[in-house]
Amino acid sequence: MKKIIAFGILILFSSLLMAQTPSAEEILNKIDENMVFDQAISKSKMIIHGRIGDRTIESKSWSKGNDLAMVEYLSPPREAGTKMLKTADKLWIYTPEPTDRIITISGHLLRQSVMGSDLSYEDITDNSSMIESYNAEILGTETIRDRECWVLELTAKKDDISYYSRKIWVDTERLLPLKEERFAKSGKLLKKTEILEVFKQDGRWYPRHMIFKDMLSRGKGTEYFIESIDFNVDIPEYKFTKAALRR
Amino acid sequence: MLAIKLAYRNLIGAGLRTWLNVFILSFSFLVIIWHRGITNGWDRQARNDTINQEIGGGQYWHENYDPYDPFTLADAHGIIHEKLQEKADYAPVLITQATIYPGGRVQSVLLKGIEPDQKVLTIPTEYLKSDMDEIPVMLGSRMAENNKLKIGDIVTVRWRDANGTFDAADAKVVYIFKTSVPMIDNGQMWVSLQRLQKMMQMDGEATLVVANQEITSAQDLQHWLFQDHSILLKDLDEYRKMGNIEGVIMWFILLLLAWIAIFDTQVLSIFRRQKEIGTDIALGMTRGQVIRIFTIEGAMHGILAAILAAIYGGPLLYLQAVKGMSMPEGTDDMGITITDTIYPYYGIGLVVVTALVVLTTTTIVSFLPTRRISKMNPTDAIRGKIQ
Repeated sequence: MKKIIAFGILILFSSLLMAQTPSAEEILNKIDENMVFDQAISKSKMIIHGRIGDRTIESKSWSKGNDLAMVEYLSPPREAGTKMLKTADKLWIYTPEPTDRIITISGHLLRQSVMGSDLSYEDITDNSSMIESYNAEILGTETIRDRECWVLELTAKKDDISYYSRKIWVDTERLLPLKEERFAKSGKLLKKTEILEVFKQDGRWYPRHMIFKDMLSRGKGTEYFIESIDFNVDIPEYKFTKAALRR
Repeated sequence: MLAIKLAYRNLIGAGLRTWLNVFILSFSFLVIIWHRGITNGWDRQARNDTINQEIGGGQYWHENYDPYDPFTLADAHGIIHEKLQEKADYAPVLITQATIYPGGRVQSVLLKGIEPDQKVLTIPTEYLKSDMDEIPVMLGSRMAENNKLKIGDIVTVRWRDANGTFDAADAKVVYIFKTSVPMIDNGQMWVSLQRLQKMMQMDGEATLVVANQEITSAQDLQHWLFQDHSILLKDLDEYRKMGNIEGVIMWFILLLLAWIAIFDTQVLSIFRRQKEIGTDIALGMTRGQVIRIFTIEGAMHGILAAILAAIYGGPLLYLQAVKGMSMPEGTDDMGITITDTIYPYYGIGLVVVTALVVLTTTTIVSFLPTRRISKMNPTDAIRGKIQ
């Protein structure tokens, strides 16, 4: 009789626990609510830990949806004034005086590393929705830096997604992926991302300090800091035109 | 005949002065033939190697393919045309961009897929026949050296498939081949065509199709454009033209030295032999006959130089044609087809043309100073009065 009661309590407790855990799709939706924005202007700093030393690059970005992005490098002085415009699958890079040149490049360069970092142009300008791109399955829970996380396995819904599968550790309270592993179709681990610090702005949690690591290369990773971000902006369309590169 | 005899006697009589001029001229003669021989030899070898190992009789390119723009590669592929399926005549090649990580370093490469049992190109593609778990890859020696890879090494390759999705796998170096053609070596990794088609999700597709050496011209096919040797060997032709211009400048400098020596000798000879010239004219020779003797004398430098060059230069040139000329380290990194050893090629036409050029120009240079003779007063000449 005691065994039956204990079993009943266990079932009841598990049901309550399950009721508290949202579905994988709900989790992805919540992540999108935090991470995906209509428009934003941000200032960021990138520290590239290379084999021969560290390099720091500061930049200001204007983003609209997933297709439009403009990035202007502010420092170091050698890179200051360089601008990058992304529209859909095209990329233009403007280098200021003395070259004063705009280079047009097809979508291939979006996959190349930005100034030797562990991030591609695609990673930097990515603002895509997870729920639209991936099917998800909850694998369980784990603790990352004292934060309770749901572990999710994501598999691409469509053929044209860069990373076929991902594994993410989502903070159960703040709903941000504190750790992420991105895999090739073969299952090989390609990239690892960790969010080390977060902040809350306009009712959403957003990463402050992240570290990216290309797992195939010998580099020591790239740190990425969001110094400020403003989601309540209305960026005019001209900001995403080639003419704006020279302004 | 008298003029030739006189000219020969005078020339030999001049002794060391004549032999110095002849030696300088023979040296120029030899260097010109040697230089042309080296250029011809390099050109023949480069063409043969490029045809045998890279371009065959010609290539069909997919209509979007531009070898000078790697960004076109994403769209430059299509189902191989039904008329290009015969294995004995055609070797399809699929090309895509990828990244390798030798020793953790990031390196962009071109992955080239080719049938392991193709018979069109002479590269050892049979080594790509393997069922191992890793992707069997073959490299040129420059690529292997630049990336510190050797046979048996495993390197991670990352690529994007036809849909743009990342994929990665380990590749094993199964063979490293030595080639003089950088276009099939630098920054390239060769894999089996079927394996690459599967990796890229491009079944039955290729970027270009190499035709065998008997097919040197053909009609364009739907989506496939035929490129003949005039297009595929354009870089080599341009390089050769550039080499020819440099060669002409070098010959001119060398011949100029010889011409100056002969011209100077002629001027001195006419000045010193005024009495002889006056006597010849006084004895009834026309000014034209005297000019002819002096011109033949000068021109004979060229004939003697050709004989001398044949005596000491012939064996030297022959020896080099047999042994070849080793190229210095690093020459093969210049981006143009150059073998480790260049074997000069001296055609009979080269020797005859060079001899004619040297003899004609030497005769002209010999004639120019003799025009003074026509203005000489024979009486003053016999007296030795400076004119």
